[in-house]
Amino acid sequence: MRFAHRPEYGAPMSEPLLQAVNLQCERDKRILFRELSFSILPGTVTRVEGPNGSGKTTLLRILAGLNDAWTGELKWCGSPIDSQREVFLRNMLYLGHRPGIKPLLTPLENLRALMAGRRPVSDKALSQALQGTGLAGFENVPCRNLSAGQQRRVALARLLIADEPLWLLDEVFTAIDSDGVKALEALLQQRAAEGGAVLVTTHHDLVLPGMHKLILGAGGLLYEH
Amino acid sequence: MNTEARPEARLASGSVGALAAMKAVFARDMKVAFRQRQDLLNPLLFFIMVVTLFPLGVSPEVSFLREAGAGILWVAALLSVLLSLDHLFRHDFDDGTLEQLVLQPQPLFLLILAKTLAHWMLTGLPLVLLTPVLGVMVHLDGNSIAVLCLTLLIGTPVLSLIGAIGAALTLGLRSAGVLLSLLIIPLYIPVLIFGTGTVAAAAEGAAVGAYVALMGAFLMLALTLAPFAAAAALKISLSNG
Repeated sequence: MRFAHRPEYGAPMSEPLLQAVNLQCERDKRILFRELSFSILPGTVTRVEGPNGSGKTTLLRILAGLNDAWTGELKWCGSPIDSQREVFLRNMLYLGHRPGIKPLLTPLENLRALMAGRRPVSDKALSQALQGTGLAGFENVPCRNLSAGQQRRVALARLLIADEPLWLLDEVFTAIDSDGVKALEALLQQRAAEGGAVLVTTHHDLVLPGMHKLILGAGGLLYEH
Repeated sequence: MNTEARPEARLASGSVGALAAMKAVFARDMKVAFRQRQDLLNPLLFFIMVVTLFPLGVSPEVSFLREAGAGILWVAALLSVLLSLDHLFRHDFDDGTLEQLVLQPQPLFLLILAKTLAHWMLTGLPLVLLTPVLGVMVHLDGNSIAVLCLTLLIGTPVLSLIGAIGAALTLGLRSAGVLLSLLIIPLYIPVLIFGTGTVAAAAEGAAVGAYVALMGAFLMLALTLAPFAAAAALKISLSNG
């Protein structure tokens, strides 16, 4: 099975990558969202919006398969995710609050370990990705000696070499300086142009041309026994 | 950010093989451990201290030590593995690498098996290597020491594997230590009984083949079942985190 769709940016695609049907999630006896249905098309950036505690992170974790406390249906390329977990995981990249960076390892070692389970990448490409995120000269410094923003940048370097069509990015703009934010915005837009789909949560004022919005938390309903 | 030479967004069907991914997980855990050597020494020092304190605290008599020595070493090894268990997933959980591990396309139980193997190489195996020295200290004879080493060599991986289930289950809890011990100790008891029983049988000159075979069966059982249980437990813990 191998499709190679690279649609024009903004061009309507008939086949959604990810579909959620009637998602409902309950946390601490409170319904975070119910009857939530949406489709993620290739070539789009979607911003998940909502106040603190409205379930943005939970939604992304549910989509990634890290949270099981939900009901409804999730489909990947038209068929249920459960039946093709491995294919889905290979095609999805998730970056969470915790960047997945080992403080004792260097950026290069961290990036190598993170890519090792996905696809073989040469050390040269890894270094280039690190340089691309402004970490030139820090490749061999243990990450615990780097600043919070630099550590986030190590995780973001993955985006420069990621071939996964679906990106789920949770608060990726945290601790990134203004130049970095601009570059990241450009990268997300470029990703959509390349045919990738991006779902992003952020409190930063992200506005991209053609960006979709998913609004959560129109008053979380109190769960009643 | 420099965005030249970008990979295109396409659906991929193949990914890195499970064996290569396991190697990478194993290599990373070893590398992290050797960057933090004092953590490696803790279980070893604990092992040595418990074994050396027994003659001082109870009795330095040769007859007593010869009889109790194997048991003391086994209990000390068991406790020092237990002490190191909390580290198995805790750091990975805190820095987010565990999430990324769960999201790798390879079967999770294999990746956990690789992590557990690394844990055993860093805690169980050094204990086995130290055993001959401490065995001489508690006046065990050569044959008993050899059998003791063999039982620990088979038994400590079982301790790591069973421990991985407990460590995964208690990951989301704030005070995991006590609960982890309560969960795991009952499962360790059969291993302890057969481990010390084998050495006792050897000291009396009996054949130990059957005992060793039973311990081997424990190891096979743990190898085949524990990674699945630990993988399921990890998913539950992450789902609540």
